[in-house]
Amino acid sequence: MSVRIAVLGLGSVGKGVLEMIAKKDLDIIVTGVADSKSGLIDPSGLDIGAVLLSKRTGSCGSVAISAKDVVSRADYDILVEVTPTNAGDGEPAFSYMKLAIERGKHVVTSNKGPISLHLKELKGLARERGVFVRYEATVGGAIPIMHTLGNGLAGNEILALYGVLNGTCNYILTRMAAEGLTYDQALAEARELGYAEADPTYDVKGIDAAIKLVILANTIWDNGVSLDRVDITGIDLLTTDALRLAEEKDCTIRLIAEAFPNRGVLRVSPRIIRKDHPLVFEGSLNAITLETDMAGEITLIGKGAGSIETASAIIGDILFISSHVRCN
Amino acid sequence: MKLEMKDSPGQLVSALQPISEVGGNIIAVIHQRDLSSREDTLGVQIVLEIAEPRLTDLVSMIKARGVNILRIGKDRLLYKQTVIMIGHLMHTDLSDTVDRIDCTGFAEVTALDLAMPAINEPSSARLMIKSVSKQDMDSALDILRQVAKTKNLLIIEPLDGGLV
Repeated sequence: MSVRIAVLGLGSVGKGVLEMIAKKDLDIIVTGVADSKSGLIDPSGLDIGAVLLSKRTGSCGSVAISAKDVVSRADYDILVEVTPTNAGDGEPAFSYMKLAIERGKHVVTSNKGPISLHLKELKGLARERGVFVRYEATVGGAIPIMHTLGNGLAGNEILALYGVLNGTCNYILTRMAAEGLTYDQALAEARELGYAEADPTYDVKGIDAAIKLVILANTIWDNGVSLDRVDITGIDLLTTDALRLAEEKDCTIRLIAEAFPNRGVLRVSPRIIRKDHPLVFEGSLNAITLETDMAGEITLIGKGAGSIETASAIIGDILFISSHVRCN
Repeated sequence: MKLEMKDSPGQLVSALQPISEVGGNIIAVIHQRDLSSREDTLGVQIVLEIAEPRLTDLVSMIKARGVNILRIGKDRLLYKQTVIMIGHLMHTDLSDTVDRIDCTGFAEVTALDLAMPAINEPSSARLMIKSVSKQDMDSALDILRQVAKTKNLLIIEPLDGGLV
């Protein structure tokens, strides 16, 4: 039996999800889509090619149908919520997710806002209604960190985690070290290549990495920590000289997010790190190291962003839910 | 310390045993068969941590077991860590910043590399800090963090520390 989804948000992630569903034989039917201005509903399944084409020339559907209409009226099993992150209050995504859960629908999202702010509440509501809330795509892009935590490492105690959770910062630091670029030059280059947003504040100040750290900490330890508990230092004050001074000692500098629950450490900061350390790699990759009681140390490395890479995480969650629902 | 002992089973263990008896901590044992001066003896180098007053006891205990101590070298500051500082280091009195570590007695700044690109631009420095123990290193870094806060400097710490 096919699984039916409604997709909210047709930015880079939403388009990637639709493209892959159209291209691959995944048995996923799209019965609703919405962007910021319009929506489309078809219980028998939308023509994805036509949706993507009309999105290329403007809105995806009819202005008479809103995102809220799609959430509350469309006939779907899973709401795929991939609108941009609002780290302030997580809205409107948070309300859409609650609405879908109340309708007994599963939720899959890449949206860091509601997950970092309201994970406990969403999980509680989902438990009451017997549905899944999955958010693999919120942390580490294509890296299957949540599947690894929930399945592969099930039964392990996670003692600590540290990682490189922001590809933009990693790219900037790589370029500063390799080419002797200044911070401003490396940032300009990252923007040109599409690795950095027009407003890079969230990335370079370490806030994006800190939000992901909050999501990981809440997922692993269920400790209800919030962003204001994270000790954050960004990379925007780093100098080329500092990188060179580190390189002279066979080290480099990377923005590291770390959580040691026993010591109450929750921190994002630039750190001196040996060049042969597993968390040192070039470009915009992400990596997460988990220290566990049974499995020892495990490091996952992969693409931390990108349309198709993030779609991989979303589709993994959709198919996880459809296989579990089918089993039950 | 460098020991010379008989090349027979159990000798190494019996030479190492007194170290734990006096509360010492063995960091490394380096076994160099080819360095022995005589054919039936064995040269071993041991790196260990021990409180200074217990060293005399340890030496006599090892000697009592028929093991010859060839040499004892001391390095009081066993732990080292590299830290990078960014900011207006000269204007905020770099020598005072260094002094705050040096005056503790348990940690010292043993090397400093400074880069000053231009007037009014932040400078960068790499400091090598050495300390007696790991706890002392943590305390020294705490002091440095406090100083950095008041002087508005950015401290970049290593992800994990190391031994000399």
